[in-house]
Amino acid sequence: MEPILELKNIHYAYHSPEGETKTLTDLSFSVLPGEFVAIVGPSGCGKSTLLSIMCGLIEPEKGLIRLNGKYLRESTTNIGYMLQHDHLFEWRTIYHNVLLGLEIQHMLSARSREHAHELLEQYGLKQFEHAKPSQLSGGMRQRAALIRTLVLDPDILLLDEPFSALDYQTRLTVCDDIGQILKEAQKTAVLVTHDLSEAVSMADRVIVLTQRPATVTKVIPVTFELEKDTPMQRRNAPEFKQYFNLIWKELNHDA
Amino acid sequence: MPEISAGQQHYLNTRKKHRRIVRASRIAILLGFLFLWEFTANVGIIDSFIFSSPSKIALCFWEMLLDGSIFLHLGSTLYETIASFLLTMLLSILIAVLLWNSRKLSEILDPYLVVLNSLPKSALAPLLIVWLGATQTTIIVSGISVAVFGSILNLYTSFIGIDQEKIKLIYTLHGKKRHALLKVVLPASIPAIISNMKVNVGLCLVGVVIGEFLAARSGLGYLIIYSSQVFKMDWLLMSIVLLCIMAMVLYALINLLEQLYLKRI
Repeated sequence: MEPILELKNIHYAYHSPEGETKTLTDLSFSVLPGEFVAIVGPSGCGKSTLLSIMCGLIEPEKGLIRLNGKYLRESTTNIGYMLQHDHLFEWRTIYHNVLLGLEIQHMLSARSREHAHELLEQYGLKQFEHAKPSQLSGGMRQRAALIRTLVLDPDILLLDEPFSALDYQTRLTVCDDIGQILKEAQKTAVLVTHDLSEAVSMADRVIVLTQRPATVTKVIPVTFELEKDTPMQRRNAPEFKQYFNLIWKELNHDA
Repeated sequence: MPEISAGQQHYLNTRKKHRRIVRASRIAILLGFLFLWEFTANVGIIDSFIFSSPSKIALCFWEMLLDGSIFLHLGSTLYETIASFLLTMLLSILIAVLLWNSRKLSEILDPYLVVLNSLPKSALAPLLIVWLGATQTTIIVSGISVAVFGSILNLYTSFIGIDQEKIKLIYTLHGKKRHALLKVVLPASIPAIISNMKVNVGLCLVGVVIGEFLAARSGLGYLIIYSSQVFKMDWLLMSIVLLCIMAMVLYALINLLEQLYLKRI
């Protein structure tokens, strides 16, 4: 199967008057269609930078990125991005927040509006369509943010620690919730996180990065023998701990 | 209607009482001041020729109301203030957007804006008269000059203070800088713009009165200068009272705008 996303020998450094900070060096990996990949690494190793590069927000200094075989610049593949915070705008209703991306891309039509309504209904936010973001709980807000991304029908979804701003309990349920939504929609997704249990509970494959300047040190395929393979079920499975320890060791062996 | 507990009732009563005392005290101070003024002027403790008195001011207002001359002066000042206020808002939003759009431009212009903002603008008024003549334009420009530089700096600061992650969100949705401005920066700055308006309306009035001191044939500022020269203290004090009322009304209008905005969101 052809990879949907391919990164080859990516280099990136931040520059400031005090000097250069090498962030990524010779980083390569690929993602297959329908796959859920989690990227973990020590904090400050440049995970968010990596996502920004994949999304085309910043240019790598060296290396190339291909989407469906085409270079990122020329690619028409639709990339969705979910940030750490929901950033729902308080001056818009939930429905109008969801439409934001469509507005920007001039894709507002009767059909796309209908699609937005459907998604809101499907993910249990129908009754909050006309509510302001502040009237929703943290979990529901994050779900609205996900719909804002999904309504654009992305081929690949980049998730930048999307649960880290939530309290622990909400975090578990939202992680389970969004994991299932993405699985049902058969979306390709790349999740960046520093939470190992989150990575193990959601991913098909975990990519472990080294400290800065980051590169891939290990790729660990994650498979669970479960009837219903959900993040919550995974957390209770016996394999969970083994994967967790394996990744933990990988992360710490150069420290 | 739900049952109100004794504690809650007590709280509500205390609150009501507090409010009543505040309101009554405010009115009492005003009435007391007016009474004291009128009384001391009438019995000759203060010289009513220099200090005037509330009754003389009221009478003076009534006379000018009858011959219609008050409308000319009120109208000029009001027109000039509103014109300079609207132009100030337009200019400062426009320039703040330009500065926001280009970091280079904002860094280059920063020292100039700071100097122009701290310059006492009354020093500019004579210059404006020479340049623009003793016309209403001069007065409007004088009003703008007092408010506009501070307004630009304020708005620009609030524009760049907006959460960068919110702007990143726009870019992740494949938006352009234009979208960041229209979908995030401007809507998020509406509260800042409204509070900026409150400051500007007062400053524009200051600028307009300064302008009228020097370059007008009508308006409350003109009336103040003229009456001080011919020792018509009734006119002078009446103009000051009218300026107070005008400032209050303009401020209240912007407050109303703010209430409307808050209700909508």
